[in-house]
Amino acid sequence: MRRAYFKNNWVAALVVTPQLLIIFIFFYWPTSQALYWAFTLEQPWGGGNEWVGFENFRYLLSDDRYWHSVWVSVVYAVCTTALAMGMALILALFADRQLRGYKGVRIGLIWPYAVAAPAIGLAFRFIFNPSAGVASYLNYAFPDFWNPVMNGDHALTMVIIAGAWKQVSYSFIFFLAGLQSIPRSLTEASAMDGARVMRRMWDIQLPLITPTVFFLVIINLTDSFTDSFGIVSTMTSGGPARATNLMVYKIYEDGFRGLDYSGAAAQSIILMLLVVALTFFQFKYVERRVHYS
Amino acid sequence: MQNTIAAFRAKQHPTIVQAYDAGTADLMMSGEFYAVSKMMADFNIEIDWANYFPGISNYYSSSKGELFSMPFNSSTPMMYFNVADLKEAGIDTPPATWEAFETAIKALKAAGQDCAYAYSPEPWIDLEQFSMAHGIPIASNNNGYDGLDSEYLYNTTLHVKHMENIKRWYDENLLEIRTTQGGLNSRDSFAKGECSFYLGSIAGHATVGKLVDGAFDWDVAMIPVYEGTERKNTVVGGASLWVLSGKSDDEYRGAAEYLKFLATPESEEYWSTNTGYIPVTKTGFDALMAKGFYDNAPYKGREIALKSLTYTEPGPLTRGIRLGCFIQARSEWSNEVQAALQGNKTMQEALDTAVARSNDVLNKFARTYRGKQLP
Repeated sequence: MRRAYFKNNWVAALVVTPQLLIIFIFFYWPTSQALYWAFTLEQPWGGGNEWVGFENFRYLLSDDRYWHSVWVSVVYAVCTTALAMGMALILALFADRQLRGYKGVRIGLIWPYAVAAPAIGLAFRFIFNPSAGVASYLNYAFPDFWNPVMNGDHALTMVIIAGAWKQVSYSFIFFLAGLQSIPRSLTEASAMDGARVMRRMWDIQLPLITPTVFFLVIINLTDSFTDSFGIVSTMTSGGPARATNLMVYKIYEDGFRGLDYSGAAAQSIILMLLVVALTFFQFKYVERRVHYS
Repeated sequence: MQNTIAAFRAKQHPTIVQAYDAGTADLMMSGEFYAVSKMMADFNIEIDWANYFPGISNYYSSSKGELFSMPFNSSTPMMYFNVADLKEAGIDTPPATWEAFETAIKALKAAGQDCAYAYSPEPWIDLEQFSMAHGIPIASNNNGYDGLDSEYLYNTTLHVKHMENIKRWYDENLLEIRTTQGGLNSRDSFAKGECSFYLGSIAGHATVGKLVDGAFDWDVAMIPVYEGTERKNTVVGGASLWVLSGKSDDEYRGAAEYLKFLATPESEEYWSTNTGYIPVTKTGFDALMAKGFYDNAPYKGREIALKSLTYTEPGPLTRGIRLGCFIQARSEWSNEVQAALQGNKTMQEALDTAVARSNDVLNKFARTYRGKQLP
């Protein structure tokens, strides 16, 4: 691989400084503040705090509400990732077959990614509304079949579907790019050997895009952990009875609504460590192991 | 509230901030405010503080009676009822007790009304105002006024019985749960004529009036109490205006003049006409009464809110609530009550859990402000 070098390191430093500054101001500095707060009891209005060591963490880890939140987040992350990637893969496989009108479909499928999460939340809130929305027809046919307002499992399902819908387009782009980078000669050769569409997908296309699959699994999981706030906030506000109280939403709820800055800071630190671990896992193992070319 | 705090920490805060009722204790403990009664005295502005309804001013005063923030948009809960539906079910007077209320919703169901009572779990009404009207404690230390080491007590009071009744009514289909998440909240369910009863703030009176738009006959009454209890006053909800610290004399002078302007009967009338909120001073209220403001629709009925607020002189248990991070306690209550309504646990278990967790919150609040006293 060829690399470009700067002869003069000062020029290089000058070029990267703005970027580093931005990262410092918007990432490292807030993180360090959160880290500090996580070990103190911070007065919301400022004016003093008290060092308490690991107490905030101890309280969190012994709190069944926190573990419930972690559990719900994991369910949400795994389900949205599976659902979104499954849908995206199917759509990409067919978009890649260049059936009639595939160009329009390709653009149409990318659009949802540009829709803001709260807008998605509002739209799906209407769709799944048990008494007035599209889902009310279900209830009309089978009374009491669907009630996300009072039933926690229904509410979680609803949030997962909305979250997955949002993620489909992102995965779709990557899958499509992955599929298009497979040399045509491979699929054409197998077609000549008599392999039908499904066989070609299963034996040639899927194995060749495994690096993309692993990449997307990590990205989708990370995204589900950190980027679910808008949907939860508009659809369920974490309820009913905390059934959709995802970690990100709990941080907001405890910190900004409940004014428990220290507890929220401790939660963000744990969430950050989780995301760092996932990213580390990706770089360390996934990027290295999955190679076919 | 959180925006104000962010602004305050960045030293970009406004001089006057409108803060909700539940944030009162948090603001008091912060110490970062200029007590309104002190500010008015400093700028030689005469305000007759005795002119304010005690159910309102006590909520925003220190335990010694010094008013810290200016009462502004003030409300109290009411029982809204559909007069026509009740007549059809053979009920002429709105229920004043919960026992009569139960009879009423049963009669409504018997008369073929699908949704007799639009309910959404609302701590401000079900817990706070309910306890006020019955004169029972929410927390020890007179609801927190007497010290930071308070503990919640509502899992041991009449409140439990009431919530168990709610649960039973839900199970017996006598009430329907209507929340915003479900598409139509309790107020709109009532205003659309779907449900015959709902309990809500008087602030919604104007909206309900607009939504109903003469489609049916409706009215408001004081929230019911249980038989055998002596009814007490309810307290104010809504928000008050706080003057924050760290501003110049000129800015304070402006703030003082502005608050003085808001306290005039004219601006009170303007405010009450355009919203459902009620006047906060006796003279403001008397002026409106003298004009016959409350005699006709759409304002008729709003004077009952003041009747509810001034039903008795506020006592130690009906002054208000002075508990830190109260928003968290409300959320614990809501979540647990939802769990009980779902049938995951009994109401008693749910309220016990909510109390235990809210006590943790209070404990942490007291530790955060260790060595300080509530003003």
